[in-house]
Amino acid sequence: MKEIINWLAEPIRSFPIFTVLFYLMVKNYRVVGTKKFGIGALLVSIPVVAWFAADKNFLAIILWPDNIPINILVILISFFTWFTLYKCAENDKRIEAGEVPIEALPENREKVWCWPNLVYTELFAIIACTIFLIVWAIIFKAPLEEPANPTWAPNPAKAPWYFLGLQEMLVYFDPWMAGVVLPGIIVVGLIAIPYIDTNPKGNGYFTFAERKMAIWSFLYGWLVLWIYLIIVGTFLRGPNWTFYGPFEFWDFHKVEAMYNINLSEYIWIKILNVPMPGNLVVREIFGIILTVLYVAVLPVLIARGKFGQKLIEKMGQIRFYIFIFLVLGMTSLPIKMVLRWAIDLKYIIALPEWELNL
Amino acid sequence: MAGKGLVQKVRDTQVWKSIFRHGPPDNARNRAAVVAGNVFLHLHPIKLKKSGVQLGYTWCMGGLTFFIFLALTVTGVLLMFYYRPTAEYAYNDIIALKEHVPLGIMREIHRWGAHAMVITVWLHMFRVFMTGSYKPPREFNWGVGVILLVLTLLLSFTGYLLPWDQLAIWAITVGSNMAKATPFMGHGGPGAMLAQIGDFVMVSDKNDVRFQLLAGRFVGEPALLRFYILHCVFIPLVVGVLIAVHFWRVRKDGGISAPL
Repeated sequence: MKEIINWLAEPIRSFPIFTVLFYLMVKNYRVVGTKKFGIGALLVSIPVVAWFAADKNFLAIILWPDNIPINILVILISFFTWFTLYKCAENDKRIEAGEVPIEALPENREKVWCWPNLVYTELFAIIACTIFLIVWAIIFKAPLEEPANPTWAPNPAKAPWYFLGLQEMLVYFDPWMAGVVLPGIIVVGLIAIPYIDTNPKGNGYFTFAERKMAIWSFLYGWLVLWIYLIIVGTFLRGPNWTFYGPFEFWDFHKVEAMYNINLSEYIWIKILNVPMPGNLVVREIFGIILTVLYVAVLPVLIARGKFGQKLIEKMGQIRFYIFIFLVLGMTSLPIKMVLRWAIDLKYIIALPEWELNL
Repeated sequence: MAGKGLVQKVRDTQVWKSIFRHGPPDNARNRAAVVAGNVFLHLHPIKLKKSGVQLGYTWCMGGLTFFIFLALTVTGVLLMFYYRPTAEYAYNDIIALKEHVPLGIMREIHRWGAHAMVITVWLHMFRVFMTGSYKPPREFNWGVGVILLVLTLLLSFTGYLLPWDQLAIWAITVGSNMAKATPFMGHGGPGAMLAQIGDFVMVSDKNDVRFQLLAGRFVGEPALLRFYILHCVFIPLVVGVLIAVHFWRVRKDGGISAPL
């Protein structure tokens, strides 16, 4: 059983599994977003977690002090994801029946005094948070390792946990993409959301049915591409950034064969059976064409299609192209992952001479 | 004076009256006065929609983020009394803090609080997205919030270096190595070689964006000082200003979002 879970946890399998589970969860949000399902999931997860924690390798990873926040994060995100689906399902049922969302009920629109209604809630939240932090601080000492030594790198050398999604992207992209361009797209994309999403519905209340596309794309990026990668980067990456299953001992001698080859090598050597051309641009011409197709031609094709036409009608040309560009930036990561797993592809464009590897 | 409780007696003193200029908040007039007359509470409106005070709607995550920010400021200032940002002293000061303060938990609260703040600010964004609260008229404030989220990560990141242990310098080495790959501005990034005139390299490891961040070519003492000042002074000041803007705009954009 443990071997099977170790085997399943490898990103090549766990990423598709997680994506499918995510799809099923959001698709069936009315089933997931019920109290029955929530309690059921909680009851199932307690023995499962207990069984996991009975393993000393797994326990060693989750009890490492700097990993505690990620455990808390996973628990909170699981709860709040369920909770938000619950709130959405509740309101969507009402909207379907022709009623207003709960937040718009007359008794909820009523104005109440800030004192004591809000002030006391805040006071209790502050007290609870203070107690929580103090207990956490008493149980877990802040870690302090050996003094800094620039000549000896620990293995694995990991960034702080909230950047581990980016570090995990380094498996699939070079640093200029994983560390600069993609984070830039994330920040710009987040700021752009209110200007792209012209749907006036769902302002000030939970709903899924009234803003499906916005929630699908946001939750996919947030849960699958950000949180999932952090979990992999934290719990499943050991020395040399090699994959280790949740029950696997972090053995420094585990060696992983790397066969990854570039698209240009694939085409010139494996398919055309000729030596690589000397001219850099000619050598990488297939990758360059593919990239141009993806970045420049694909958006135009989508714009011509039925789906694109509908979107352009709703949001206008400029918003549409910014939206498509951001979505393509986001999907470039799963595309690169799948290519890596399916055909061991290293770079689509490999121009180390210009430090331009894609 | 018979029958007057102790509380009432205290409330009748000149000292009490000089601090709280209104009676107990048990009637409409005083409830308004207590919120409007207090510099901290007046961030809030005097009255607000019921949906906006329900925990199920707000999750209280924005408020908790602000509270943790304050807690981190207080614990951070306390830690600054004991910490010198030099390669010689930094690590030893932390050891000393551990050994000389037997039951001290300030560093723990500061460190775990920093992690907690990252979590609460993410959940705050999650809630704001799910309730569509970024929609007009709150577009601008959502953008301010995204910048605050990024600054929260940077605050945590710059603080990560200060203990000057192996975890610190190598985590920052991994993180700052990304900066050298910045297109055109990092010496290991695409486009950097375009900025070359003959033999003269314009973007090198001695002047690129990573050098500016670390004040050197590797994570050394200058980087420690730079991160210390960014962590303790520069970023908190920017965050403080943006928090003011964020809160002000929450009020000016109509308070906590509610159905139109």
